Amino acid sequence: MATPASTAATAHPDGAPKTLEDEPLVRGNLSFHDVTELVASHTEKKTPVQWLLAFSVALGLMGVFGLALAYLVWNGTGVWGLNVPAGWGWAIVNFVWWVGIGHAGTLISAILFLFRQRWRTSINRAAEAMTLFAVACALVFPTFHVGRVWAIYFTLPIPNQMAMWPQFKSPLLWDVFAVSIYGTVSLLFWYVGLIPDLATLRDRAVKHGRMLRARVMGFFSLGWTGSNRHWRHYERAYLILAGLATPLVLSVHSVVSFDFAVSIVPGWHTTIFPPYFVAGAIFSGFAMVVTLLVVARKAYNIENLITLDHLEKMNIVILVTGTIVGFAYITEFFMAWYSGVEYEQYAFMNRATGPYAWAYWIMMSCNLIFPQLFWVKKFRRNIGLMFAISITTNIGMWYERYVIVVTSLHRDYLPSSWDYYSGTIWDLALYLGTFGLFSTLFLLFLRFVPMVAIAEVKNVLPQADPHFYGHGDGHHGHLEPVGATGALPAGPYPTAASETDEK
Amino acid sequence: MLSSLRKQLDARADQHVGLVAEFSDPAALLHAVERLREHGYRRLDTFTPFPVHGMDRAMGLPPSKLGFIVFATGSLGALTGFLLQWWTSAVDYPIAISNKPLFAWEPSIPIIFELTVLFSALGAVGGMLALNGLPRPYNPLFFSDRLGRATDDGFFLHVGAADGRFDRAATAQALFDEGALAVEYVSHDGAEPVARAGEPAGAPADAPVTPPHTTGEI
Repeated sequence: MATPASTAATAHPDGAPKTLEDEPLVRGNLSFHDVTELVASHTEKKTPVQWLLAFSVALGLMGVFGLALAYLVWNGTGVWGLNVPAGWGWAIVNFVWWVGIGHAGTLISAILFLFRQRWRTSINRAAEAMTLFAVACALVFPTFHVGRVWAIYFTLPIPNQMAMWPQFKSPLLWDVFAVSIYGTVSLLFWYVGLIPDLATLRDRAVKHGRMLRARVMGFFSLGWTGSNRHWRHYERAYLILAGLATPLVLSVHSVVSFDFAVSIVPGWHTTIFPPYFVAGAIFSGFAMVVTLLVVARKAYNIENLITLDHLEKMNIVILVTGTIVGFAYITEFFMAWYSGVEYEQYAFMNRATGPYAWAYWIMMSCNLIFPQLFWVKKFRRNIGLMFAISITTNIGMWYERYVIVVTSLHRDYLPSSWDYYSGTIWDLALYLGTFGLFSTLFLLFLRFVPMVAIAEVKNVLPQADPHFYGHGDGHHGHLEPVGATGALPAGPYPTAASETDEK
Repeated sequence: MLSSLRKQLDARADQHVGLVAEFSDPAALLHAVERLREHGYRRLDTFTPFPVHGMDRAMGLPPSKLGFIVFATGSLGALTGFLLQWWTSAVDYPIAISNKPLFAWEPSIPIIFELTVLFSALGAVGGMLALNGLPRPYNPLFFSDRLGRATDDGFFLHVGAADGRFDRAATAQALFDEGALAVEYVSHDGAEPVARAGEPAGAPADAPVTPPHTTGEI
């Protein structure tokens, strides 16, 4: 909170008030080469023991994943805790939860890009990777919940022996399209962003004489040279992809919410669902990014690239979206009362005070109450606290979906069929298993792929701007290095000397 | 067919035969590009670790035409989404449910939208690669070890040998005059350093200095 006094204290020498833009986006006064070195070296060094330990835990959970899937496919969905009024349970809760988490990556890459939020460059690569892996985990549940998983192609418009087509008027089918296209476009976006960085890895491999690595990286970097004639089309492609991904990311969770909102189940049939689901998705996605990056920036020693300022900005997003979600919970109550429909009113009273009140209040505290701590700057910048809140946020968001799915279903219109639903050990095993899938993929990403967008971070360094060197627009500039006249700010900037620093 | 493709690819690779000069920073590079254009050079390209602000204008490049490609593929996606839903539900296998229309545009919007985005995104990436001539496994520029730093912290200016004003010695001198730190001549035979006028040459003229490397000689 900037009081007048503190604004004056941090004002520019020329009198203009200090803005967020004045904060350096990366710290440590890094040169271009330092950025390359900081990020690329992690993919080139010998595998660290800690990584191997983490990876073996992840593989262990992958074993649980395989076991849970095998048991499920062998026996059918009867191994889950579903019963007659509650025909949806953990599977859709987990699906919506993972898809929601998968929203942060594209939000950071696309929406923050269009809004010219240059701080996104340090975190977008890892966030996009997280998105891809979260979507992969999400797709497990709808794929396997059909029971006969070998018939999943029925959901796609593929000509088949029954001459039948999917029901295009069903939101469940829109979901198939929305989520799979979201995954595809996110992958394209991620890969396009990776091309220049893979070329960096290729050229470093050549320099170090690692020819096999150079060939692999050369294959995936498609012969990228950094030509300006290429950058021109590349930047346009990136802008267009950002423009496409922005409505896409908003549409995905809207479509997911239609799965509920288009039905006539009390508590689901509301128009607030699409915006409320999207806000919740961003909320949980940012929380997952904070969870992962708090650990990764420490483990990989990239705290100068992913700074406390980055984390603070994400915590502000968590505060805002958490409050929107909390506001939506309260609005739902108001609308239930205002509608005058007794079934709606009962559904909401039952949520807050019925047999699932425990889940409801976990949701309320984790999503609405805890994030309010982020109003305090000191808390927003406290690593331990933000890590804890990022975890409680995702617990809260899991319970949000649990509350929505289970409380509306377990007491339907016919009281004689009311029942209490809970998941079984196999529900839990599959959910834990997806953590194995997620962490396996994320650890492989950290090990083999540049986890920060090298080229993009270089582009936001002050010395990337030609005006930094004092040549003006070039036409009437002078050729002498400005450093000689003392106009160049202190700090390393690339010179010919840096070419000799290879080992 | 195959030989004409081969010819096209060779012509593409030939574009990159020429002089490559290294500059100290983005501003020096931008300035050198502007000056060489004033001298009348047109087959210029720069190689930088990130897109340098203002370089398109300095090189006189028109805006990318990628948007037109994406508009075309996106429209195709919208049309596909529309035709797919209309044909499958109203023509090929009509099922009357509760006297609802066999096809209506309202519930068709989500899938039309999703397919528009999918086709546009594929068009954006495919179009970008096609306009850039990527993937390009062979490129004479890969002979230059020095140019490998264009993906790290090097800023390079390339003058194509096909340029009308290209003259190996005079162009190299022009590059040095604009502040080049080093100049190399890159051709299909390899990369060799070009010395400043009055200094001893770095290497014999036809000996490739560096072996071919990177994406392989496919």
